[in-house]
This record gives sequence, C-alpha cells and structure tokens, in this order.
Amino acid sequence: MNASYAECTARQRIERLFDADSFHEWLPPAERLTSPHLAQLGVPCAFDDGVAIGRARLDGKVVFVASQEGEFMGGGVGEVHGAKLVGLLRRAARDRPDAVVLLAESGGVRLHEANAGLIGVSEVMRSVLDARASGVPVLVLIGGKNGCFGGMGIVARCTDTVIMSDIGRLGMSGPEVIEASHGVEEFDSRDRALVWQTTGGKHRFLSGDSDVLVDDDVEAFRAAAIAWLGVQRPAILDSLEAEHRLLSERLHGAPPGADAIAFWRQIGIQRAEQVSELDSEALRELRSDAGLNREPS
Amino acid sequence: MSMSNELERLHFEFTGGRPVGPFVPALVGVVGSGNLEVLVEPREDAACTVEVSTSARGFAPIWEAVMEDFRERHPLAGLRVSINDMGATPAVVSLRLDQAVAEIAGPRP
Repeated sequence: MNASYAECTARQRIERLFDADSFHEWLPPAERLTSPHLAQLGVPCAFDDGVAIGRARLDGKVVFVASQEGEFMGGGVGEVHGAKLVGLLRRAARDRPDAVVLLAESGGVRLHEANAGLIGVSEVMRSVLDARASGVPVLVLIGGKNGCFGGMGIVARCTDTVIMSDIGRLGMSGPEVIEASHGVEEFDSRDRALVWQTTGGKHRFLSGDSDVLVDDDVEAFRAAAIAWLGVQRPAILDSLEAEHRLLSERLHGAPPGADAIAFWRQIGIQRAEQVSELDSEALRELRSDAGLNREPS
Repeated sequence: MSMSNELERLHFEFTGGRPVGPFVPALVGVVGSGNLEVLVEPREDAACTVEVSTSARGFAPIWEAVMEDFRERHPLAGLRVSINDMGATPAVVSLRLDQAVAEIAGPRP
C-alpha cells in the first residue's frame, strides 16, 4: 500500500521506513526530556521535544535515526531537540553504524529558545561533519510539509546524500522571511509556483543540491535510502572549493533577472518550461540527459 | 510581571478500575495547534491518574467532563496518563485517549 511520506508523523515515518519492529528509541517520551524554556512562555512542551532518535535496521543494515516532528513548533530545533541530534551523531562517530539517516522536517532554530537553539544547530553541523570524518555516511530525507529551512537547511547540505520528494523544500531563509526582509516585489511568499521553483524538490534535484528525487511515497524514500546508504562524499577542502567554483560560474553565467526556468536552461536541462508538470521519473531522465547525475556507487 | 502566559495544569485521579497489567509505554498524537499528545505508562498502584498541561486556560470543567467520560468508557487501574495539549477540542481529546488505550491493548512485552 502506498503511503504519503508528507502525511506521516515523525514516528510513523520511522515505523514505515525502516525494517519492521527494528527501531530502538533512545531517550523515549517516558524519559520526559523536555524543553526547559517553553513552559515559561506558556507553550506546552512535547515529551520528546519534537524529535525521536534511536537505532534501527534498514534492509538489514544498522542505522542511527532521527525523525523531526514538523507539527510541533514547525520542527524547530530547541536546546534539548538539538542536543538529542548531537548525541546521536556523536554516538555514530564512536560506534560506527552503517549510516545515519536524518528524517528532517524543520523551519530551523526554534525562535522561543533563541541562542540555545542557535548553538544547538551549530553543534549539529559540527557533529554531522565529525560523523562523516569518522567514516559514517549521513543521509537526509526531506519530504515533510514544513520543508527543511534555516540552520537545518545548512545541516542537510553538510551531509553525504540528500533525498527529496517534489513536495519537499530545502533552503536557508523561508519564503516569508525573504519577503519580510526584501519586499514582496523581490519574493512573493504566497506565489506557490515561485516558492516551489526556488526551494522545491524538483529544483533542488536539477541544481544538484539534492541527489535523489522520489515521489511522495514512504516506500520510494525507503528504496532510495537503501540504494544510497553507503555512498560517501569527500568532506575535504578540494570538494568545497570545487563546489564554490561551480556556484560562482552559475551565478556569473546567469542572464540578468533570470528565473528558475532560465536557470534550468542555463545548466543544460531540456524542456525546462515543462518541469513543473513532469513527474520525478521524467525529471531524473532530464537531469541524466544533461550529464548532471551523481549515481550511487 | 504578567502571568497570562502560564500553562494550566490539571490533575485527575480515579480508583476502582480494572488493572491493565504491564505494558510498554506508548505515545499517541502530536503537540500541534488543535491537537495533543497522550503518553500512557503503567503505575505500580491501583490508581488511574491523568495529568494535563494545556495552553488553553479556563476549561477545567470541560476537562473534568471529558475525564469522567473516559473513566466510564475505560475503567482502568494501574495507569498513568500524561497529556500535553495545544487547544484540542473535547472530541479530539476523547479520540486520542481511545487511541492510547488501544495501544496498550496491543502486543504485550
């Protein structure tokens, strides 16, 4: 039976994506490791502070897992939430599971927790890189309705592999934030086509910010995660500089006022004007035809 | 300092129910707008307790009615229920409580 990944809660995603009954949770809700900040603001806490972490199996392989709940504070990273992610990644660097799989859905830092959340997110970035440096691949899956923004958007791009559905969105500042700071003429956050053309899964896949584009289906995410489980990207200065050169070339090669469609043409995507109507299989072909694919090795 | 931001905390306790026996703690629901999470855990004694933490203040009589209804439908003992609520309606609360009880009735350790 097909199940929408976007419609699932964080815990349903864990249950359905990994091998049956293989999830062992660390710091489960009954431990009541909750936010020390929210109650002071009159906001109810969640018993897991919006993220479930633990160990599971994926196609028999041992993986460490975190799943963010987008319905609780938009998946915002508070002090405890961040500490749980950091603890999971540090344990991964020590215990060397076959991979770490992050089911990300987050608007970034939980504003209620201000600096504690900011420090938390920065520690998550550091620990992702540390886990990778110790030889553990880190994958991030993005397909929730809240997308993956702010500090968590950066965390996603610190990983080895990004798997997204077309519903998924990935970015730094969210649409409303850009509109608030640069005006509606610059970015109309209510223009859904614009929002998805600039942050959605299809755009991220074509631009190479995401490695895999899947349908909004739990099984499709599972199959992609299995295929890319052992894939590692070198986290070294050379690869970072190569990325910067690529981005710089694209920026300088873009015609003035270029929109997403012009950008897709610029990087060699055929039928760019049809992208919004095409399904993920057609998109995979277009990217492959343009010679932009990165395959699981 | 304004105290208008405080959460309301409510406590209910029932006795005389049927012992549920040992079970693995279960969590249902999500703390989102108009929604709630319910954590159910075993208790050593024969009581059934419910602790509620809610952002919607001033609804204690309604919570009382919902809890009385819960006790009538599920007269249980040895159960600790903990709720984080973000303004769920009584019907949603009752459904989540039913869902939590159904989780307990599932596989035993």
